Amino acid sequence: MLGHIKILYHEGKQFIPDVTKAQVPGVFKGRPVISTAKVNEQELVDLCPLNAISAGPVTLDMGKCSFCGECARQFPQKIEFTTDYKIATNSRESLIIREGENQPVGINPLLVRKEIHDLFRNSLKLRQVSAGGDNSCEWELNAANNVQFDMGRFGIDFVASPRHADGVVITGPITENMAEPLQICYDATPDPKIIVLVGTDAISGGMFAGSPAIDRSFLDKYHIDLYIPGNPAHPLTVINGLLDLTRKTK
Amino acid sequence: MKHATIVNNQTIPVSEIPEISYDEFFELNAGFITESVETHCVNYFGYPAGEMTKLICCIADDLHHVIYVSSCRVNPTGDLPSLSVNLFCFEKFEREIHENFGIGFTGHPWLKPLRYAHNRKDKTQTIANYPFYTIQGEELHEVGVGPIHAGVIEPGHFRFICNGEQILHLEIQLGYQHRGIESLLLSRSKLSEQVQIAESIAGDSVAGHTLAFSSVWESLCGFNATEDIHFSRTLALELERIAVHTGDLGAACADVAYQLGSAVFGRLRTPIINFLQEWCGNRLGKGLIRPGNNTFPFTPDLSKRLTEVLHVFEYQFIEMNDELFSMPSALSRFERTGSVSLENMVSIGTVGMAARSSGLKRDIRSSHPHSLYGTLQHEPIVKRHGDVYSRLQLRKQEVPQSITYIRELMTSVPEYHPEPVPMGPLAPGSFAISLVEGWRGEICHCAVTGNDGKLLIYKVKDPSFHNWMALAMAVRNNEISDFPICNKSFNLSYCGHDL
Repeated sequence: MLGHIKILYHEGKQFIPDVTKAQVPGVFKGRPVISTAKVNEQELVDLCPLNAISAGPVTLDMGKCSFCGECARQFPQKIEFTTDYKIATNSRESLIIREGENQPVGINPLLVRKEIHDLFRNSLKLRQVSAGGDNSCEWELNAANNVQFDMGRFGIDFVASPRHADGVVITGPITENMAEPLQICYDATPDPKIIVLVGTDAISGGMFAGSPAIDRSFLDKYHIDLYIPGNPAHPLTVINGLLDLTRKTK
Repeated sequence: MKHATIVNNQTIPVSEIPEISYDEFFELNAGFITESVETHCVNYFGYPAGEMTKLICCIADDLHHVIYVSSCRVNPTGDLPSLSVNLFCFEKFEREIHENFGIGFTGHPWLKPLRYAHNRKDKTQTIANYPFYTIQGEELHEVGVGPIHAGVIEPGHFRFICNGEQILHLEIQLGYQHRGIESLLLSRSKLSEQVQIAESIAGDSVAGHTLAFSSVWESLCGFNATEDIHFSRTLALELERIAVHTGDLGAACADVAYQLGSAVFGRLRTPIINFLQEWCGNRLGKGLIRPGNNTFPFTPDLSKRLTEVLHVFEYQFIEMNDELFSMPSALSRFERTGSVSLENMVSIGTVGMAARSSGLKRDIRSSHPHSLYGTLQHEPIVKRHGDVYSRLQLRKQEVPQSITYIRELMTSVPEYHPEPVPMGPLAPGSFAISLVEGWRGEICHCAVTGNDGKLLIYKVKDPSFHNWMALAMAVRNNEISDFPICNKSFNLSYCGHDL
């Protein structure tokens, strides 16, 4: 017992008081900013291993980007990754960063279904399905619930059964072998429900796009409520994305 | 000579690997395994060679620090005698070859599909129709768990046969995570893309798999990594070990409902992975290791920062461990739970920390040293009982060991070489192998190039490939309620197995 008290005393307060304003330490590859500097655009496009960059005007699709930072290293005058981790959005289009723009990426409340605000504002229970995820996004989703990020304080939790859930969080590019279990899980979740895609693999297939072993037809059938980019997505990106989706109103 | 003898990270022409008949191949490799526990199979795979299939088997000899490579050419439509009849360590390898090429292995205990790969020979086999082992009996019942589990973890199916609360048998069916890693590595042409695929083999072993990939690549290109490259890689691998071991201790506490341990170990992982982010911008170290390149120099500032982080971490880690391992209620859940005997571990061919927890000393860092492990003179920690307690104790002791190594490494940080030395093309008609001791155990990557200098086959083996069977053995005769703690004590990779 005394040992426990000693540990509690040494640990002190661990939680981040305000997850909407926390700073990430050191280098962090968050929202990229593209300058209007003139560079050899074709070289830039060819450089990106995941074809996330297109030319004329230069754009970078965060839904395809693995945040490897190679473009910023080779073209520092053109692309810079800022420490802005609030990059989750409910519109696929908003994930595309354009040359010369430096606007925050966020939720457009007008596109959010009314019942999401009405029902999930104070309590959101999610069922996570890893469909080919490499365990990195899963690891960060677990971290979002640790004592530091403490997502549970906002009433957002991961639950064991889809029957108890208000939505499905998908990680991974959706393998052929997981397509059916994912569908069964989604069908078992009661309405109204949301779909959240976490990580580059889930949003676009990432480096697995075009692999014969994946089957992304599930995503063609339903409306996606939230895109949380990253490789893996940072816990702060996850928490802020979910909070904004359920609470941000016009 | 019926085999080639090479060392870790060596490239040899394929023509130097003697091609022998299957009977000789069988005798040779069975002989290697039976003659000593120091020899174990690190990879055994096939690839198409015209109408035939070429099989390559790699046996590591820990005592002499070498790898024996042998090969044979077989007809894929025929049946071959199975090595697994007596030597269970070949069981999964033969199932994989059977699944991919259709070669039958007569006498194999259960030649079932392994991972339902997209390029499997028999497409009529689908993951929903896996042939589970069944037992009939009025007092027995089956429990199916998965593929989607209760927690935020990867998918896999566990089928238990229980007598009341007691597990008689567990069969683990995997394949849900199959993304086609090996074929993508062949079909993608940019190295920057291939390395990211290697990085995604298992997100909790980023350093391990990327290091193995980079070593194979550099070996095939004849590139000699500079000291600073080796330094960064060794450091990343040890930081990964500390982070995951700490997280696993937390997860074990959560599974025995010990809140404080779960909270403290869970949050103790953060300073370590946050340090990785401060170094390379990614909490899991993605982007840190690249073939032929040291992208993120380890600056004096980082060195100072890491010293501070480890100083605080070490004290808190030890304090929490002292408390945990003196709590009777936690110990009673750990001790004698999920035991696997040394004999079984040897027979299955278990590797890494799971093997070391049962008294089987298998550690690539000391037996086939790579990176800077030669200078660190690593001596593996070995436990005897092979239960949950031993596997947790091993983690508890490996973390301070890694901290010691990091401190030793930081006493002389090598000079940074900012300009990457260009790497040549891949050597044509060659075979390369790399063994890396990740936190989970031995990672093995093999590559074979054709005469045009392009990859013919790239073969990945995660330690989980061997160790899943150890979990199935561990839970026998345990209460089914102890399954989570047994599972967590191994913490095996689904995606590393399924590829």
